Amino acid sequence: MTTESPAPPEVTPPGDMQTAGAAASKSKRKRVPYLLLLPGGLWLIMFYLIPMIQLAGVSLQEGSFEAGYEFTWAWRNYTDAFAAFGGHFVRSILYAGTATLLALLIGYPLAYGIAFRGGRYRNLLLILVLMPFLTPFLLRTLAWKVILADSGWVVGVLQSIGIIAENGRLLATGWAVVAGITYNFLAFMTLPIYVSLEKIDPSLIEAAQDLYSNPRTAFRKVTLPLSRAGIVAGTLLTLIPASGDFVNAQLLGNPRQLMIGNVIDSRFLRIVDYPTAAALSFTLMVAILLIVIPYVRAVGTEDLVA
Amino acid sequence: MKKFLDLARRHVITVYMVGALAYLFVPVVVVMLFSFNDNRGRFNFNWRGFTLKHWANAFEVPNLFDSLVKSFQIAFLSALVATILGTLIALSLVRYRFKGRSTTNFLLFLPMATPEVVLGSSLLALFLTLSIPTGFGTIVVAHILFNISYVVVTVKARLSGFDRHLEEAAMDLYANEWTTFVKVTLPMILPGVFAAFMLGFALSFDDFIITNFNSGGTVTFPLYIWGAARVGVPPQVNVFGTAIFVITVSIMLLTVAVQRRSETTA
Repeated sequence: MTTESPAPPEVTPPGDMQTAGAAASKSKRKRVPYLLLLPGGLWLIMFYLIPMIQLAGVSLQEGSFEAGYEFTWAWRNYTDAFAAFGGHFVRSILYAGTATLLALLIGYPLAYGIAFRGGRYRNLLLILVLMPFLTPFLLRTLAWKVILADSGWVVGVLQSIGIIAENGRLLATGWAVVAGITYNFLAFMTLPIYVSLEKIDPSLIEAAQDLYSNPRTAFRKVTLPLSRAGIVAGTLLTLIPASGDFVNAQLLGNPRQLMIGNVIDSRFLRIVDYPTAAALSFTLMVAILLIVIPYVRAVGTEDLVA
Repeated sequence: MKKFLDLARRHVITVYMVGALAYLFVPVVVVMLFSFNDNRGRFNFNWRGFTLKHWANAFEVPNLFDSLVKSFQIAFLSALVATILGTLIALSLVRYRFKGRSTTNFLLFLPMATPEVVLGSSLLALFLTLSIPTGFGTIVVAHILFNISYVVVTVKARLSGFDRHLEEAAMDLYANEWTTFVKVTLPMILPGVFAAFMLGFALSFDDFIITNFNSGGTVTFPLYIWGAARVGVPPQVNVFGTAIFVITVSIMLLTVAVQRRSETTA
């Protein structure tokens, strides 16, 4: 299923001298890795796997908040939810996809610059990339509301050069939502790409240039393929939170630009229509897994998260 | 000609980098600036002149400081528990080959591949079914869950570059496994464990989406901002946001400086 990192040696702890109790202590040692896993593993099962099953269960319930909900294999919840909120799904994919692409266009050259032009300032530059994310997420998003405001200079400049109409605006448009998402998850794109670029041996690129490839060809044939793992990881790590986000759509968009996360949030917490909310949530999970698992098969979880 | 192209390319990348960094910092500057804004009315969106009054009465906004304290408590507790659970898992995964190792890796990867809205709502589905009232406790439970995977990744990175001969030496000198762990392994991986704790703390402190589903009546700092966003966020929120930024950046730079110093003296 997954490719493993270089295999650690078989369970033979150091100093395993051939003493009398060797056999007994060997079976005891076999248990050690499981004992270490036990508490954290139980937590993951109890609060990740079981809730996921619970979510699927709730999505097939019928009833009302007042009368209570009952499990009835109500597959209708899915078709109804899709009929009502299919557009929100499509919009989420569109916004998250656009934001991921923009983040790649901003993040790749940034990571490239740090890795190959950063010199001894590499670490400082990395810290600078991470620093903005130390301001609270919601405050950062609200700051975009100030920046993109109708009376702000960004709108003014764009109006004067004719990119947006005379009375056009940015706030409360789909572009504001996309801009917010791009900004908020940019670090998830930049860091994995940096890690993969930093691993590249510069002599490989020099070799390509020695063989008379121009810098562009060297980049296309050497650097880009070698940073593939970083691009894949960055894309997934941006796309996943972006697809479920509802903060940017709520704060920077208008009610016509709501994403699937907004619907799940309001159905669960305000309208208390649990089955529909659960059906939408579970569908989003399955959709993400369908995108992620092929990548994981190709690259392996270890490369993706380490 | 080649030299000129090279130079131009070098500068294109540099200019691009500076631009990207500026883009990253614009909202941060806005957050800081508007903590000094002499705003009128409830909203803090237009610049009306400089004032220090929000810094002076930062603690006087009802419930704001309480929400910060709540967030701090939740972040500390959840990061602590997640660091312990995650470090044990990391030790097991790096040190031992055992049946179910790749399944464990996949199980750890799953929460990271799950959109927060799904994580939050699935936990709410569980709490609803079991009739567990949501509140402080359920927030901590949820935060521990999403922190574990990040702790494992961080500690694993430190453990993999670790010279096992040191442990073997300790055992050769008749230290038992526990003593070896406490006296050799733990001090060596401690920087990784500490980094994992800090990461978990930061993720928990700033989490909004998952918390929003499982908070009940408990108001954390992000939840306070979310609630205030509808009626106008008081500039004192920017004051605390700025303070958090300045403090964490100082800690970060200090850590880097200390590391660099210990590297040069070592």
